[in-house]
Amino acid sequence: MAYDGKDKVLEEVTGKSYEFGFTTEIESDKAPAGLNEDIIRLISAKKDEPAWLLKWRLEAFAVWQTMEEPDWPHLNYEKPDYQAISYYAAPKQKKQLNSLDEVDPELRRTMDKLGISMEEQKRLSGVAVDFVMDSVSVATSFKEKLAELGIIFCSMSEAVKEHPELVRKHLGSVVPTRDNFFSALNSAVFTDGSFCYIPKGVRCPMELSTYFRINESGTGQFERTLVVADEGSYVSYLEGCTAPQRDENQLHAAVVELVALDEAEIKYSTVQNWYPGDAQGKGGVYNFVTKRGICHRRSKISWTQVETGSAVTWKYPSCILKGDHSVGEFYSVAVTNNAQQADTGTKMIHLGKNTHSTIISKGISAGNSHNSYRGLVQIMPSAANARNFSQCDSLLMTDTSGAHTFPYIEVKNPTAQVEHEATTSKIGEDQIFYCLQRGIDAEQAISLIVNGYAKEVLNQLPMEFAVEAQKLLSISLEGSVG
Amino acid sequence: MLKINELKASIDEAQILKGLNLTINPGEVHAIMGPNGSGKSTLASVLAGREDYEVDGGSVDFEGADLLDMDATERARAGLFLAFQYPVEIPGVSNINFMRAAVNGKREHEGKEPIKGKDFLDMVKEKAKLVELDGRLRNRSVNEGFSGGEKKRNEIFQMAMLEPKLAILDETDSGLDIDALRIVSEGVNAMRSPDRSFLVITHYQRLLDYIVPDFVHVLVDGRIVRSGGKELALELEEKGYDWIKEDVTA
Repeated sequence: MAYDGKDKVLEEVTGKSYEFGFTTEIESDKAPAGLNEDIIRLISAKKDEPAWLLKWRLEAFAVWQTMEEPDWPHLNYEKPDYQAISYYAAPKQKKQLNSLDEVDPELRRTMDKLGISMEEQKRLSGVAVDFVMDSVSVATSFKEKLAELGIIFCSMSEAVKEHPELVRKHLGSVVPTRDNFFSALNSAVFTDGSFCYIPKGVRCPMELSTYFRINESGTGQFERTLVVADEGSYVSYLEGCTAPQRDENQLHAAVVELVALDEAEIKYSTVQNWYPGDAQGKGGVYNFVTKRGICHRRSKISWTQVETGSAVTWKYPSCILKGDHSVGEFYSVAVTNNAQQADTGTKMIHLGKNTHSTIISKGISAGNSHNSYRGLVQIMPSAANARNFSQCDSLLMTDTSGAHTFPYIEVKNPTAQVEHEATTSKIGEDQIFYCLQRGIDAEQAISLIVNGYAKEVLNQLPMEFAVEAQKLLSISLEGSVG
Repeated sequence: MLKINELKASIDEAQILKGLNLTINPGEVHAIMGPNGSGKSTLASVLAGREDYEVDGGSVDFEGADLLDMDATERARAGLFLAFQYPVEIPGVSNINFMRAAVNGKREHEGKEPIKGKDFLDMVKEKAKLVELDGRLRNRSVNEGFSGGEKKRNEIFQMAMLEPKLAILDETDSGLDIDALRIVSEGVNAMRSPDRSFLVITHYQRLLDYIVPDFVHVLVDGRIVRSGGKELALELEEKGYDWIKEDVTA
């Protein structure tokens, strides 16, 4: 193997091994602020990328320069100064702490409430852990098992080196660089992410989670994920983490592409809990994500998301139902509290015959937050007998929060059946009082009611994730009803 | 058990209870009857700690503690139960999970560990028998899609699970057919004991044929205007509330 984990660590530490071969004077591990062709060449060189990828990045950059940041979302934020951001920093080692006592008590309190084990808490907060043999062997046997089945699960950088033909074939095939402002930016400057390939007819026997990914070197603010499920295969992929995630980077612009070939199925679950900023809305992550999957004949893609973090969320996990009899699903719970804003939803593009899609969206707004559902259901002329069912519910926790729904429906084939249901309700005083009268305290009452409301979506999550997600919803809404 | 002294309460500036006195001893069943708008349900809500109501005066002693000083959860945990006139639906929350949270809330108050899964299920089975609440209703979302009778049976089931010291039944008979009325009443009667008291609020005498009270009080315009034994209910049934009203104003 040409690639060795140790070398990679060395590269990260010294940051100098791959600097040769280009003309800028940059020597440090952090690129100066600003974005230009030289910076992109720097990123590509640092990562020792093949020429085709550099060319691809430069094309994306050229496109991005002609584009403008969208202002159609129902979001109010100060647009980032893209020339003030540094686009490359060697993955930083998390600051090593000696014990959990050094961890921010607020973070610890939340992790305790989530029921995250001590070992896991240490891992998440960067406390030095004596390597427990167990956890190493779990990861190793996990990787061996996957290799036996021919499943590839690695970082995007590793995939570019080890499986260039697969990456080249599918990268940008679902989300073209010019798709939108943020996808173009991501294509130009992405630093890492995950790659996953499931061979023909293989059913991946475990949930693939970034938690288990070896050689993970920090997710970075411009993450790129590509999941390819070959014919007749199945994979369930978990992204994110219920634990609160602090990040110095205010801007996150990730791209996720899913390819489900004939009769394949991809289940993609996300829990997003980036730092939402303080109660006044200061700080907090801007999360602009482009997620899209393409479904070939008789395949299925199912998106499930639980969004509780970030100051601003702009995200529409979508399905292109290209193949006949393909199925797209979108299940979402988005919680906003304090000054958070979310504009999220999905797009279901029906191209194939007998294609079906289901959209279940549950918005929960508390504090002074604004929560919007934005969805497009498009039935193209070729999509005979296409069907869609959409249900968009909004729950308001306070009088000062807002819930908004922007459904777009375009039907160009008369045989289509499209249903849309929407409700908006305020959390019932009667429901809360009923719980209180049974001896349930106010916090738990809200947790019960909200989790009941979101149950249809939470049920879609893998078991162990669902339990944490339930707790997360309660924590996100703590003290939100007076 | 419960001692209400000169209780005054209002909602949206309108005074509903205007100096109500009532004492309930352990093991007693008291019925409160009265015309619409006399303050029956307000009394139930104020005792249970609903915040929409403003207490303007008076005191309520519950088992030696100042009831009005406790919030709704504390009152429930201390053993006060209200069977709602209109039980509330909570979509997506199964009856069982709801009751487990309630039972554990009470246990926490008593300094006990959360109940074990098997013990809880055994308890559910035993208590559900009282009101013939079958497994289907136990596992459905709280009151969602329940018929009127099923909702009321569910209230009594919850009461049996929580084993309160004082149970207030707020017009539990409203909307019940004769079979449901019998089942609900039998459930209540099975729970009567020397250390558990009941406050039965009703508009009609009918319920009191099934749940026979020790005392009957007539509430008119926010005050108890007459008290007596169970025969008072029969007299009311015969003569109507106007008789009492005239009597009071005369």
